[in-house]
Amino acid sequence: MLKHEAQATPAPASRPSNRRQISDRSLSQLFIWPTLILLIIINIFPLFYSLFLSFTNYSAIANRPPEWIGFTNFDRLLNSNDIWGYFSLTGRYALISVGLQTVIGFGLALLLRKKFRGSGIVTTLILIPMMLSPVVVGLFWKLMFNPAYGIFNYLVGFSNPATAPDWLASPSLALWAIIIVDVWMWSPFVMLLCLSGLSAIPDYLYEAAAIDRASAWFQFRRITLPQVAPLLLIAVLFRTIEAFKAFDLVMGLTGGGPGNATQMISVEIYSQAFLGQFRTGRASALAYIVLVIIIAVSNVYIRTLNKVREG
Amino acid sequence: MSKQPRWFAALMIFALLALVSVNVAVAQDGITQLTILWAEWDPANYLQQIGNEYEAETGIKVNVIQEPWGSFYDRMAVEWAAQGDAYDMVVGDSQWIGQGVEQGHYVDLTDFLVSEGIAETVTPATLQYYAEYPTGSGRYYAYPTEGDAVGWAYRKDLFEDPQNMADFEAKYGRPLQPPETWAELRDIAEFFTRPDEGLYGVGVYTQIDYDGLIMGFQNAFFSWGADWKNENNEVMGVVNSPEAVEALEFYKDLYRFAPPGTGNAFFAEMNDVFISGQAAMIMNYFAFFPALINPGVNPYAETTGFFAGPKGPNGDQYVSLGGQGLSILSYISPERQEASKAFIKWFAQEEVQSRWAAVGGYTCNINVLESEEFLSNTPYNPAFADSMTFVKDFWNIPQFGELLEPAQRYLHAYVVGGEGTAQEALDKIVEAHQEILEDAGVLGG
Repeated sequence: MLKHEAQATPAPASRPSNRRQISDRSLSQLFIWPTLILLIIINIFPLFYSLFLSFTNYSAIANRPPEWIGFTNFDRLLNSNDIWGYFSLTGRYALISVGLQTVIGFGLALLLRKKFRGSGIVTTLILIPMMLSPVVVGLFWKLMFNPAYGIFNYLVGFSNPATAPDWLASPSLALWAIIIVDVWMWSPFVMLLCLSGLSAIPDYLYEAAAIDRASAWFQFRRITLPQVAPLLLIAVLFRTIEAFKAFDLVMGLTGGGPGNATQMISVEIYSQAFLGQFRTGRASALAYIVLVIIIAVSNVYIRTLNKVREG
Repeated sequence: MSKQPRWFAALMIFALLALVSVNVAVAQDGITQLTILWAEWDPANYLQQIGNEYEAETGIKVNVIQEPWGSFYDRMAVEWAAQGDAYDMVVGDSQWIGQGVEQGHYVDLTDFLVSEGIAETVTPATLQYYAEYPTGSGRYYAYPTEGDAVGWAYRKDLFEDPQNMADFEAKYGRPLQPPETWAELRDIAEFFTRPDEGLYGVGVYTQIDYDGLIMGFQNAFFSWGADWKNENNEVMGVVNSPEAVEALEFYKDLYRFAPPGTGNAFFAEMNDVFISGQAAMIMNYFAFFPALINPGVNPYAETTGFFAGPKGPNGDQYVSLGGQGLSILSYISPERQEASKAFIKWFAQEEVQSRWAAVGGYTCNINVLESEEFLSNTPYNPAFADSMTFVKDFWNIPQFGELLEPAQRYLHAYVVGGEGTAQEALDKIVEAHQEILEDAGVLGG
């Protein structure tokens, strides 16, 4: 009996496994599909569902199914002077804010390019603002802008609270207040990308330029700027997209006011979608209009980036 | 043999899940717990205290879930949309009632409140604004739970200072005392506005979100004889009437005497500027006044006085309504609805309402409101009891949120931003309101 069993049992090394072998392809799919399913549920489905909703009069709280109304939402939005005003405001904000961030971020990167004693600490300190939560930043800058006890007015030369400007309550200053905070928060991001670009420039280019007695300005224009440009453009692209989506800082500082002086387009989407209105269909349509604009602007940037890369 | 543990484990999980389901079902059938949604603030804690008494008496646990004010409406709205049964009751804002009723979220409590004699125990104004929909229909969907209105706090130490009294009388020809009219309030605000001393006359609501600014402006708006609609729900020529324009100009003028940095201020900021000594007077909901009589919070607690909203130029006196009513949600089982009614019946008893008032809740019970015990309970209770007889509210139809948005935006642009004129601001609001009401079918197109 024992002998028989011993004979019937093949050697372990040559025994075919009872379990099915998983091929490399199956294994890779096993890893990929959970992520894909999550993406489809969290990103792709809402994307298409909101596209459908943009053609309906759906309200998330109305307790009735979406009703197809064609292009009515788009028609209303695109013919609204208010909406164009918000787009114009957002564009102005993006242009000024990203412009200042680019100049300041690049300038800081140039200053920090050469290592000096404590440069690591200085760089880390400069990076702190971009690590903070925008809501927290909004709240403490709100305190700093307060004309009665905030430090900002003292720093810019207004020592009397009675005559100091109320940055967040003035239609002409409120946008600038948000820009100041945004620049303070995100210039370090531009600086970081520029620093990595600057550190990748080979020294021999500058050495060759020095042998040719090229001026500092010439070296900057012909070596530094072209070499950093791809990364700088990526930074500008990211910041522009973020500026178009400006929401948390605005809500934290002004809530879109005074009146609609800082009503950025993202704040308007939020206002339409929530804040007691719950015009889900119209808010979806507005979100799609913004999406199309961001894609268009991004394309312009990417084409420019490719041209720069091709030299 | 090797497969046995897996089957066994699966069986155990199944059994466990079945056991949990059975437990939940038993708990629901037996109704051992009631869940109430309310905003995150002190009155909700007081309701939890009262709920604990109910548990001690009946064995049914009352759980008051608190949601921050900023997301309170959103949370309820999402629950309504999902027709969820996570909550048995909600202490909903007065403006929600139209939506709650028209979209079928609230249980009709008319027969219950009338047959049990509960409806006649609360003040008519609170029954109208917290429970009735449509107005004048006699159909009730809530039990008036937390009465509230906008009142005023003032610094008695400043008002009773001999030098201030003499200076004020010399300048304005009348004694310095809590104002009875808006004109008097304006003069006092002007008198105490002393930027060099870091003191300002008055703190007023200006917040752009949701309904903040409207809840402040309405106090003047209604007292000037203006309204958001006439008896036919018409808005054109009503919202932008000469009285409304005058009231808005007045409110903007009053904002000149507000502490700097209050261009987006609501209840929290009002208490802040008062406690920090920046404002001689502030408007605020009565529900936020307990902090002002707490010496641990307010250094002027011992010398803080309170008064009800002043009268307009023609003697009209109205204040913005706050507060909420307790409604039963229609998506819960009939058993849970009955259990919720039993809680309301218990809660509406006069002795329970007395305890509710004693712990800090703002009762709407007529007898308790008039009782000496209530009136002497806090320094602001007399002003509160007074105010609850002349409260008035914004629209409460389902479109109220849409109506709030343009009104808030254009009022803020004028009052805080200084853009355009009062007439222009109100014209823009009335145009937006007309369109919204026509779209909703409230007005003929």
